[in-house]
Amino acid sequence: MLRRLHSVAGLALALLLVAIAATGVGLSLQPAVDRLAAPAIAPGVSVAALAKAVAARHQRVDAIRVSGGGAVTVSFNDGAGKQVEIVDPRTGAGLGAYRPSETFRWLADMHRSLLMGDSGRIAVALSALGLLALSLTGAVMLARSLGGAGALLRPVRGGAARRWHGELGRLALAGLLLSALTGTFLSATTFGLLPGAENPAPAVAAKGGPAAPVGRLAGLAAVDVADLERLTFPARNDPTDVFTLRQSRGEAVVDPSTGRILAFTPTSTMDRIGRLANALHTGRFSWAFALFLGLSTAAAPVLGATGFLMWRRRRATPRVIAPAPTADADTVILVGSEGGSTWGFAQTLSRALSEAGQRVSLAAMDDIDNAHLRAQKLVILAATYGDGDAPASAKKFLEKLGGLERRIPVAVLGFGDRTFPSFCGYAERVVAALDAQGWPRLIAPKRIDRQSAQEFAQWGRDLGAALGCALTLEHVAEPPKTNAFALVGRETYGEAVGAPVAILRFASPGNAPRFEAGDLVGIVPPGSAMPRFYSLVSSRRDGVLEICVRLQPGGLCSTWLHSLKAGEQIEAFIRDNPSFRPVEGRAPLILIGAGAGIAPLAGFVRANDSERPMHLYWGGRSAASDFLYEHELAERLAQRRLTSLRTAFSRHPADAAYVQDRVADDAHRLRVLIRAEAQILVCGGRDMARAVAETIEAVVRPLGLDLATLKSNGRYLEDVY
Amino acid sequence: MKRALPMLAATAVFIAPTLAQARQVTFETTLKAYGGNEAYVALYLLDGAGKYKGTLWMAGDKTKYYRHLSDWTRASGGRLAEVDGITGASVGSGKTLKITVDIADALINAGYKIHVDTSVEDGMDNPSEVVAPLDASASRKPIAGDGYVKSFKVTF
Repeated sequence: MLRRLHSVAGLALALLLVAIAATGVGLSLQPAVDRLAAPAIAPGVSVAALAKAVAARHQRVDAIRVSGGGAVTVSFNDGAGKQVEIVDPRTGAGLGAYRPSETFRWLADMHRSLLMGDSGRIAVALSALGLLALSLTGAVMLARSLGGAGALLRPVRGGAARRWHGELGRLALAGLLLSALTGTFLSATTFGLLPGAENPAPAVAAKGGPAAPVGRLAGLAAVDVADLERLTFPARNDPTDVFTLRQSRGEAVVDPSTGRILAFTPTSTMDRIGRLANALHTGRFSWAFALFLGLSTAAAPVLGATGFLMWRRRRATPRVIAPAPTADADTVILVGSEGGSTWGFAQTLSRALSEAGQRVSLAAMDDIDNAHLRAQKLVILAATYGDGDAPASAKKFLEKLGGLERRIPVAVLGFGDRTFPSFCGYAERVVAALDAQGWPRLIAPKRIDRQSAQEFAQWGRDLGAALGCALTLEHVAEPPKTNAFALVGRETYGEAVGAPVAILRFASPGNAPRFEAGDLVGIVPPGSAMPRFYSLVSSRRDGVLEICVRLQPGGLCSTWLHSLKAGEQIEAFIRDNPSFRPVEGRAPLILIGAGAGIAPLAGFVRANDSERPMHLYWGGRSAASDFLYEHELAERLAQRRLTSLRTAFSRHPADAAYVQDRVADDAHRLRVLIRAEAQILVCGGRDMARAVAETIEAVVRPLGLDLATLKSNGRYLEDVY
Repeated sequence: MKRALPMLAATAVFIAPTLAQARQVTFETTLKAYGGNEAYVALYLLDGAGKYKGTLWMAGDKTKYYRHLSDWTRASGGRLAEVDGITGASVGSGKTLKITVDIADALINAGYKIHVDTSVEDGMDNPSEVVAPLDASASRKPIAGDGYVKSFKVTF
């Protein structure tokens, strides 16, 4: 509902908001420009002194005004018609004619009315309201997707559009909210929708005595120029006319003969609020604040564009694929999908089951009803939204579950991201609810990390075994556009210890997409549609695409890659891996890996031009056989791209150890680094990752920290396979 | 473009019991080409003692800016009822505001004065920049204001 509101308002207002935001950004420069154009007001000069200096230079002065930005102008008439000049607020000296900028005037007109009069003003007012709604719904959605209001500062994960939208939106939120709120208020004032603003000024006349020199009037001498908004001089030909002196707190009427204050009208509350709204909207009181608003506003077009991309991607995902009518299906697949990718997996599963002779029906989890339970079994594919919340197509599922008539065997497959603290949190809630209500299990529940096609295929084999049929799940999320990369170099390690690992270097063609160390390359081996992913050691600017491939016994892709000859080509595509990348800055990095898991870590070290502190912990089998990157790492230490290197070898004759043992040995040193905001990046097999996680948990406990906290702050990242 | 605003409603002050006792009077206010935002212009009538008689026309419909027409605000008390039904669009730089009002014979040649206040955002406020007698002898004689009014002409 919230997202729908956000999308509809965003799409409807996108163009309008872009126009209003663009002109708003232009206007945000005005206070800075004005500040440069006119000297600043320094306290210590009285209004009387300024008025005296100005009056001495002119035959007739009408008014002295102080603009919101602090420029002092005087309107006067020396016989050649009325003119306006800028004056020095300290001396009253004339600084030349005042000419408001045509550019800013046009921008302001565009910003307020789109140059279309009242209809434009109404459109702008509605846009301000829309922006208010977008900011609020966006903030709530971002907080939800990150795991609650307290998690609003966590790193945003996902594709490029989603990350830009989230990160920028978060930065711009305060400025956009303020602009929208004050803009709405100003629109309401323009259309007279708010109660009357001003206290009525009493009609008072001076006694009509001879005018005293303006510099001696007590009522004007008591006020500092810094507090002045406007001083209107009395008409020359009317001895009963008065000075009116406007300050932010109210308006005083001063007798030109006696200098006494004849009346004072305080500024009404409504008027004060209006002035505050105006000041906050224009930022005219501080050029820096105005620029802050301008920068926030500049994010609006980017938010519009990335939001549009996200919306289009969501719409492009399949919603309904129903191969068999519900009534005579023997397997019902229920899908809980957020972005639509889970539907893709469901389709792959449905196709495979159909090929195995099953009659399959597909439905959203929210659509579950008793008709589905006439089937023999239920398969639930459930994604997770944010921190364990139900995804879009499963919001009502748990509610509906208890009211169903029958219980049939059910298999649950969760989809999630292991880097989130609550990995597959929603699927786990579904499993707990099913167990509590006595639904029999078809097979044990399983969780898929970041849409891993390999894990999905593995689960398919388990499901097939339970169903008594061979189930081959070859899931291809989207047939990606590949580039050809030719093998140019290979080093093989670890053959002596029975764990061959090849470092493969491919020439990167000029038209290859951008990639960086830590990103993934998807390689599709001949005879398979399913890509295998490897972490990249190199970046595009290195001109090569470098990976480490451990030979898996019987592995189609790794066997093929190991047998490649120089010059032979592979078809591969790049997948961003923003969730496994060092944070920006100078904080130390603790890199922990084993075996081929060294790949992205070695890549981070290689790219460490700024000599940021990096500490590498790595485990292999034998220093003599599988010490990957031994020479390069020695060189990096000498170049200070790598600060320290600790290795462990499990088959060392005297000192057999695993990488987690080195981590445990260095507990004290690691605590010092973690206290200095170090980030930990772990890459390798699942067993190693688990052992390292347990060790780190113990290491940080004396600091009052735990792994979940580090993970949720983005300070403990894992790339696990 | 000349602006010709139909003047249908006028406050009861100006309208005599029968039209035979009233005259059609045309007020033409031409602004200088000052090149800023559109001007707010108020035309109103004071008697010989400077007492407010009524407003003839208010060019500008956003009431929040009326405070800048300071003589009009002081004279009329700034009451919106004073301009009810006699409000039109603000007047652009170099444009002419032309209005026609039926004015009771009793008000003409009786010492009344027409005042014109003008104001432009980010520009000047010009209270009573034109003060012209409501006098048949002044018919068709243009007067210049010292603010934004290039010429002001009353035609009886």
